[in-house]
Amino acid sequence: MISVASAVAGRILWKAFTNASFLLPALLFPVIFFVGFAGGLSRVDQLPGFDYGPGYETFQFAFVLLQSAAMGGVFTGFGIAQDFERGFARRLMIGAPRRGGILLGYAAATMTRWLFNISVVFVLGLLMGMQIVGNGIDLFGLLVLGLLVNLIGGFWAAGVALRLRSTQAGPIMQFPIFLLIFLAPVFVPLTLLTGWIHAVATVNPFTAFIEGARSLLAGTTENVGIAFGIAVPLAALFALWAYTGLRSAERG
Amino acid sequence: MTTLGQVFVLGRRAFLRSIRQPGQLAFALVFPLFFIIVIASGLDRASALPGFPANSYLDFMLAIPFLHGALFTALNSAIELGRDIDTGFLNRLALTPARGIAIMLGNLAGGVLLALIQFCVYFAGGMLLGAGFEAGPLGVLVLFALGALGATAIGATAMTVALRTGSPEAVQGIFPLFFVLLFLSSMNIPRNLIETGWFRWIANVNPVSYQIEGLRSLVVDGWNGQALALGFGCALGVTALSLTVARTAFASRLTRT
Repeated sequence: MISVASAVAGRILWKAFTNASFLLPALLFPVIFFVGFAGGLSRVDQLPGFDYGPGYETFQFAFVLLQSAAMGGVFTGFGIAQDFERGFARRLMIGAPRRGGILLGYAAATMTRWLFNISVVFVLGLLMGMQIVGNGIDLFGLLVLGLLVNLIGGFWAAGVALRLRSTQAGPIMQFPIFLLIFLAPVFVPLTLLTGWIHAVATVNPFTAFIEGARSLLAGTTENVGIAFGIAVPLAALFALWAYTGLRSAERG
Repeated sequence: MTTLGQVFVLGRRAFLRSIRQPGQLAFALVFPLFFIIVIASGLDRASALPGFPANSYLDFMLAIPFLHGALFTALNSAIELGRDIDTGFLNRLALTPARGIAIMLGNLAGGVLLALIQFCVYFAGGMLLGAGFEAGPLGVLVLFALGALGATAIGATAMTVALRTGSPEAVQGIFPLFFVLLFLSSMNIPRNLIETGWFRWIANVNPVSYQIEGLRSLVVDGWNGQALALGFGCALGVTALSLTVARTAFASRLTRT
């Protein structure tokens, strides 16, 4: 299984890092979001009731970290669907003795790509004056949380791609994730949201992830347990969703 | 057939081709509205900032779908032109009496017509959500005209890329560039309230800021001559420049027999 996984991951990573048209869009969007929101909206932290200590750049970095993790996973779903359309996935399934390795390979490649992208945004954030109050353990926790969200997005999209096996399924992979991301407290803390969006954000699991990430960056533990408490079972659930999708693809 | 007739026929073709792709059409209609709903709700408190020019963040953001929609539709039209080049259709068209300028304007007209239909949906959606509009009924026409000119400017720029590269993928590849220009503008906050120095500098030199502010002025100020002049001026300037470059690219692209 490991050899299958490493072969699949190696192929994807080679394609991703040697072809600018694959590398740049996945990298550019988190950079644009971060620069656009953190740079343009920095005055928002002067609103009454905005009480996030490390500042607006850090506040937005938590969002971009999780947004890029989730959407990075979705990009993997696009890749799987494309592999099916071109007939490569069928050949891969015939050649792989343990097909679970295919999923593992896609997941490993997704996580590696996300780690690269978020490292670039992190450096950019530091250059823009982002304050990190959390210590090494907090940052490690943040990274693990990001990887879990990356897996959730990846396994969700992989499950859809393996069932529908067409790039036409792109909006089905992308839109629910996009909805969850933007119906969370992206620009201001949850307490400053009003009306329907406050009600939706309160029950949105992505809110827990963002608040957990913001706490870790601020060096506190508030909401961190809830974030992991939701992320771990969700990752397991979507791993099962992707695995049953693989079985569906095997049946054709 | 006159040049205008050729523009009409080719424009109709471009328009029909776009509306026959319901997935793309639905995305161009729904996404900008979804974006304004979510951003306006999420940033509603920002209207409490001292010096904020609008009564609500929804009013402030109402101009944005006009630019978003124009971006999606104009890019899709240019992608289709790239596909025409890729599949050899443009070379076959060169064998007909169709004039080069008619081919270019026809392609742009189809996209702009579709954008105008989208604008009706965005405006109606904005009003249903409770946005105000200060400039009155005549202002709606000016809003649509400026939005259409924005779509033309984006379409002409993307068409230049299509003609130079002959590849739909290359046109698709410039989408992030337009996205960068949109995000590094006064889209989310007025320029005078941007705190970060380098960001404000970029927003000041970014023509997209003036296009947005021209559209926005009709919603929040009523009639603001300076904002409208800058908005129309920037869009016209970009369109004229892009069409000039596109014409040269077109001449070198076509192999007339």
